[in-house]
Amino acid sequence: MNLATKDIRHNFGRFALTTVGVGLLLMIVMGMGGIYRGLIREATLLVERIGADFWVVQGSTRGPFAEISRVPPILEDRVRGVPGVASARRFVSHTIQREFRGRPLRIVVQGLAWPDDQGAWLPLVAGRSLGRAHFEMVADRSLGLPLGERVKLGKDVYEVVGLTSGMVGSGGDGLGFFTVSDAQSIQFDLPGDAIRLDRQSRRARAEAMDVGRVQPLLLERSAGMSSGIPALGPPMVSAVLVTLEPGAEPHAVAATIASWPDVTVYSKQQQKDLLLSGMVDKARRQLGLFRALLIIISTIIMALIIYTLTLDKVHDIAMLKLIGARNSVIVSLILQQALLIGALGYGLAYWLGTFAFPRFPRLVMIEAPDLVQLAAIVLGISVLASLLGIWKAVRVEPNKVLS
Amino acid sequence: MTQTSAQSTAALEALNLTKVYGSGNTEVIAMNDVTLRVSRGEIVALLGPSGAGKSTLLTALGLINPPNSGRIVIGGTPVMDGPRALVDLPAFRRRHLGFVFQKANLIPFLNATENVQVALEINDVPPRAAKRRAMELLDYLGVADRADNLPDALSGGQQQRVAVARALANHPSLILADEPTAALDSHRGRQVMELFRKVAHERAAAVLVVTHDHRSLDVFDRTCEMEDGRLRGTLEASTATAQTLA
Repeated sequence: MNLATKDIRHNFGRFALTTVGVGLLLMIVMGMGGIYRGLIREATLLVERIGADFWVVQGSTRGPFAEISRVPPILEDRVRGVPGVASARRFVSHTIQREFRGRPLRIVVQGLAWPDDQGAWLPLVAGRSLGRAHFEMVADRSLGLPLGERVKLGKDVYEVVGLTSGMVGSGGDGLGFFTVSDAQSIQFDLPGDAIRLDRQSRRARAEAMDVGRVQPLLLERSAGMSSGIPALGPPMVSAVLVTLEPGAEPHAVAATIASWPDVTVYSKQQQKDLLLSGMVDKARRQLGLFRALLIIISTIIMALIIYTLTLDKVHDIAMLKLIGARNSVIVSLILQQALLIGALGYGLAYWLGTFAFPRFPRLVMIEAPDLVQLAAIVLGISVLASLLGIWKAVRVEPNKVLS
Repeated sequence: MTQTSAQSTAALEALNLTKVYGSGNTEVIAMNDVTLRVSRGEIVALLGPSGAGKSTLLTALGLINPPNSGRIVIGGTPVMDGPRALVDLPAFRRRHLGFVFQKANLIPFLNATENVQVALEINDVPPRAAKRRAMELLDYLGVADRADNLPDALSGGQQQRVAVARALANHPSLILADEPTAALDSHRGRQVMELFRKVAHERAAAVLVVTHDHRSLDVFDRTCEMEDGRLRGTLEASTATAQTLA
């Protein structure tokens, strides 16, 4: 006869409420772990998927994600010349927030080096990758833009030609993929007045110099389009992505590029480490502490509930002892109830999580190793929570039945 | 062994039991040099006013409140020598003793059968055999029709019968009952007392009952009276009943 289940059946209402309470707490603990996994996934997703062996960024920076990086687009050609490099692509990354149909639209703009990189590596769930040099975009579903939607960004209108799923940045904003030139147009878009003021400012600076006064043609040129001024280079890109030839020696290639004083080179793993140790680390610690607190709170609540359930049974425990029950019978009664509360609470947490977590605004990833770890924690806290009740129960004297 | 020889065997021998609570000015002698012998198949009433030490004697004999001095021998086995236990007390209790109290003290989350069954399973009887024996006992005590009911659904008399069934579960050589009829009306009280007599005689168990109920003294083979912690005397049942009527 299992005394624990008999008692539970008799006090089902209280037991069910307790289990639901513990289950909800455990769901939050489970969710915290899932949010952390989601953060890592989102932070490293692009680096993982884009298929670059090396990231060449502005010297002494940790760009392009952890901090701003600006390198000239011609760096792409320099990198192509390094022995062992199969391809080099310009890459642009920046976040914009615009108003779209009355709601804020945050896009992590990613510039792909058209025509070498048309986004064939993107995990499309609908539509196609980029097919033209301009005015097309592949958007993540989280942006809420349907296929065929036309979005005005800057002075141009971009059509959504493809959709991805789960492609978001480390801040949880959806990624939008454009060609590099379009991404730069969006990034450096200025109102007409600002452009005219900039040109006027250049002209004024030229007029203040001797060369400007003696060469009127130069004055004309300085007040014209910036692309027509040789001193002003083309817009900077965020990084250059390097893919190695099969069999190439990665260390040798990295050493060659690293010897250039104006750039810094990171391997794919180094780039992921930069993201995790910098941007995600504090969030990880915060979630970890919150998770630890919740586990402690769950343990205390479970301990108090088990203790109260034990207090209610003191007379029955005394009777069992009087008729000769071993301590193991009493300990088993309490321990089984604690384990049952823990196990059912865990099951409930998982079940509720399958409904709740997909509705969270950011990715919550529940992975098997985390579930196993939490199961072990629940086992531990169930045993720990039962100790107070067990301590009380083993101290009950059989003659208590007479009182 | 014949019925006669079985009945003559001492199921309980309490020798010079003394129990003192407190010390100095607060010292109370609850039990003073009490010697008592109860044979198998004998049912004995323990009478006395409140505070006479009846319950102290009963709990000492029940091995849940050790005496300060004296010896207890149950079924020929020395069990206590003063406060020192000579056997594993919980194990001895579950194999040799049965308890019935004023309140039935049934476990509220177990039905009637399970309340009896649990005493058997605690004594390592396999569940199926334990259930069969529990049903037999409930049938013997006339409550088999309430076997599946929780204690809440049983009357006071039915609860007490289930408690008696639980006390009998492991064939105890000694049954100790502390005012088992105090919560029952006179009719049901007498039924329970007669049940104890039946158990004592049919199952060769020694039964010691603490009671205030003088109307049922004819049920007992013998009565003992306690006062101020001392056992004053022992009367044959017929004499005790005559004194009560007088």
